[in-house]
Amino acid sequence: MKTFKIGGVHPAENKLSAASPIREAALPKQAVFSMFQHIGAPAKPIVKKGDVVKVGTVIAEAGGFVSAPVHSSVSGTVSKVDVVIDASGTRRQAIFVDVNGDEWEDAIDRSPELVRLSDRPELDAATIINKVKEAGIVGLGGATFPCHVKLSPPPGSKAECVIINAVECEPYLTADHRLMLEHPEEILVGVSLIMKAVSVEKGYIGIENNKPDAIRLMTEKAQAYPNIEIVPLKVKYPQGGEKQLIDAVIGRQVPAPPAIPISVGAVVQNVGTAFAIYQAVMKNKPLVDRIITVTGKSVSNPSNLLARLGTPFQQLIDECGGLPEDSGKIIGGGPMMGKALLNLDVPMTKGSSGLLIMRNDEAKRAEPDPCIRCAKCVSACPMGLEPYLLATLSDKQEWEMAEGNDIVSCIECGSCQFTCPSHRPLLDNIRVGKTTVMGIIRSRAAKK
Amino acid sequence: MKPIISLSPHVHGGDSVQRNMYGVCMALLPALAASLWFFGLGAAIVMLTSVASCVFFEWAIAKFILKRERITITDGSAVLTGMLLGFNLPSNLPIWIIIIGALVAIGIGKMTFGGLGCNPFNPALAGRIFLLISFPVQMTSWPEIKQYMAYTDATTAATPLSLMQTAIATGDASVLEQLPSLEEMLLGAMGGSLGEVSALMLLLGTVFMLWKKIITWHIPVSILGTVAVFSTALHLWNPAYAHPLAVLMSGGLILGACFMATDYVTSPMSHRGQLIYGVCIGLLTVVIRNWGAYPEGMSFAIFTMNAFTPLINTYCKPKRFGEVKK
Repeated sequence: MKTFKIGGVHPAENKLSAASPIREAALPKQAVFSMFQHIGAPAKPIVKKGDVVKVGTVIAEAGGFVSAPVHSSVSGTVSKVDVVIDASGTRRQAIFVDVNGDEWEDAIDRSPELVRLSDRPELDAATIINKVKEAGIVGLGGATFPCHVKLSPPPGSKAECVIINAVECEPYLTADHRLMLEHPEEILVGVSLIMKAVSVEKGYIGIENNKPDAIRLMTEKAQAYPNIEIVPLKVKYPQGGEKQLIDAVIGRQVPAPPAIPISVGAVVQNVGTAFAIYQAVMKNKPLVDRIITVTGKSVSNPSNLLARLGTPFQQLIDECGGLPEDSGKIIGGGPMMGKALLNLDVPMTKGSSGLLIMRNDEAKRAEPDPCIRCAKCVSACPMGLEPYLLATLSDKQEWEMAEGNDIVSCIECGSCQFTCPSHRPLLDNIRVGKTTVMGIIRSRAAKK
Repeated sequence: MKPIISLSPHVHGGDSVQRNMYGVCMALLPALAASLWFFGLGAAIVMLTSVASCVFFEWAIAKFILKRERITITDGSAVLTGMLLGFNLPSNLPIWIIIIGALVAIGIGKMTFGGLGCNPFNPALAGRIFLLISFPVQMTSWPEIKQYMAYTDATTAATPLSLMQTAIATGDASVLEQLPSLEEMLLGAMGGSLGEVSALMLLLGTVFMLWKKIITWHIPVSILGTVAVFSTALHLWNPAYAHPLAVLMSGGLILGACFMATDYVTSPMSHRGQLIYGVCIGLLTVVIRNWGAYPEGMSFAIFTMNAFTPLINTYCKPKRFGEVKK
């Protein structure tokens, strides 16, 4: 079975909510929309206190090319434009909407009927990309890179295939798994739309083989789509990393930055993004909700919720049995790459793939021992780096040597720290070094 | 509840220093059983003295000289050094010499450099080489096997390695007829240090370490492969050089290749580097064994390559993802 070639680890899967069907979360009393729900320039609010909005109303426009607009996910009245502490722990500009009823913009088609590509022969690449852009779609796997940018390859590069990331290699998370089981047809239409947008003839959907039911169903439904191939992959973290996925599926390795996936002819999108693109193009529905896995070993009812963006996490955990007594850490995302949250008032955003509650006893790190130079971090690193060395160089502030040892290639997957027998905070140090070295590189470029 | 804030990853694989150190100790148990079987009381005394004094010296130095608050004798690394040192000694070695060996291994080999993870040379090897140079007579007279109740009074006999070197020095291949049979060598029925007897038991332990992912195959395979190829070539050229299987199974070759050269702290970090390190150890071992002053070249070969490890780490990087071949 296929997988990526260098390094990788296999954390305990803990897919507690895999058998739990997607259910709709209740509407919040107040929804909060951060202007920083994507990578790139922040969105600019275009509403003010007192404005009445519906589900799907644009409340903030894109702040640049690499940016995305924000739509209201609820109907009601704008109560204020203020700041909120978001999942990254930073104070961000945000729009607060007091919810009143559930009224949708008229243009949105809320019927469940499937619209196929053959029903809309007039669609061309430019129309699809424009729809995606207007719908505010970003990478829903968690990277939140504005989707239309990826669909518009830079001049001189040519896409050869579309690769859909349905790997869901993070432990605990099951949102993509459930989406495939419940909306396979919509996903396949979405993939066809992406292929049309970048005009390629070949699409792959990579799924790890810990989801045999999804592989079976998607393979069956994909019979009707001869250009889309379902690729079962061996379970290995971080297979959902863009570069690792391309290597696993088509056997090509994206060189070090500034090379990007399109350099080897691949356009990668998350399976949830494909579903959102289907809804945006075929149903005229902007990105106002998403599926989020709410889980944890002590959570009484681990679930996959279809929740409106801007819903506070407190409400989502309440729908799954409330915050357990023994909770120690709240994580936005999965346990390998997710962010620890300050509290449950943080609103859900476009990139919220999971809400993981860790028990107190799981949440504490062990005391680090000295590095015994066992080289397990080197074997685990999927980028072929030397984490022990990069961590030490960062700690000693040897930025030039860190750059020479390719610190900027680090994808921050955490495999090194996960595997370290001495429990050393390798990635903590490497992050500091990577950020500093990237800053040095930028300022060097600016001087030229 | 006040949530704990820390950066990702939020989970850990559960590996620990103890798991690896005691894992290697476990892997050494079959070989220890074999040496108790062949050398009886002497083996037990040597092993117990070595382990106990290594642990004692680490504790004493950490507490009274370095004045550390956290004393790490439970991490298993001192126990492992003690076991490896014991495996490198003959079963008739007097207790006081063993204690000196342990003091050099832990005191000079490990703690002077800062303790676990900081030593440039394998501590057990440092102890062994110190003893070999300081007490050459006691360190190179090995008792005959199956003298169960004997210790320092055991009768000694020539080992396969000294026979091999005699054959080369005299050019007389008939000396090699005195070697034990290959089956005896595999099971360990021959003279030598504690850990130089049963190839089978050492390989069993190695398989355990590979299975538990304590070590990777790169270092043992590259050393054993190099020795096999080099000694096959010599044997074909001149039969006074012993059969390659006899070379592989005699002396400390397997112990060194699988347990000493694979020491985490003193071996290279990248797989490429580990292969270079292993090949060089293999070449040096055959050269020292056949043409050097000592019949056993394994420890000197590993010690020499330990010195090259930082250099290998600097120039031999793992293959980066997406690296373009130049």
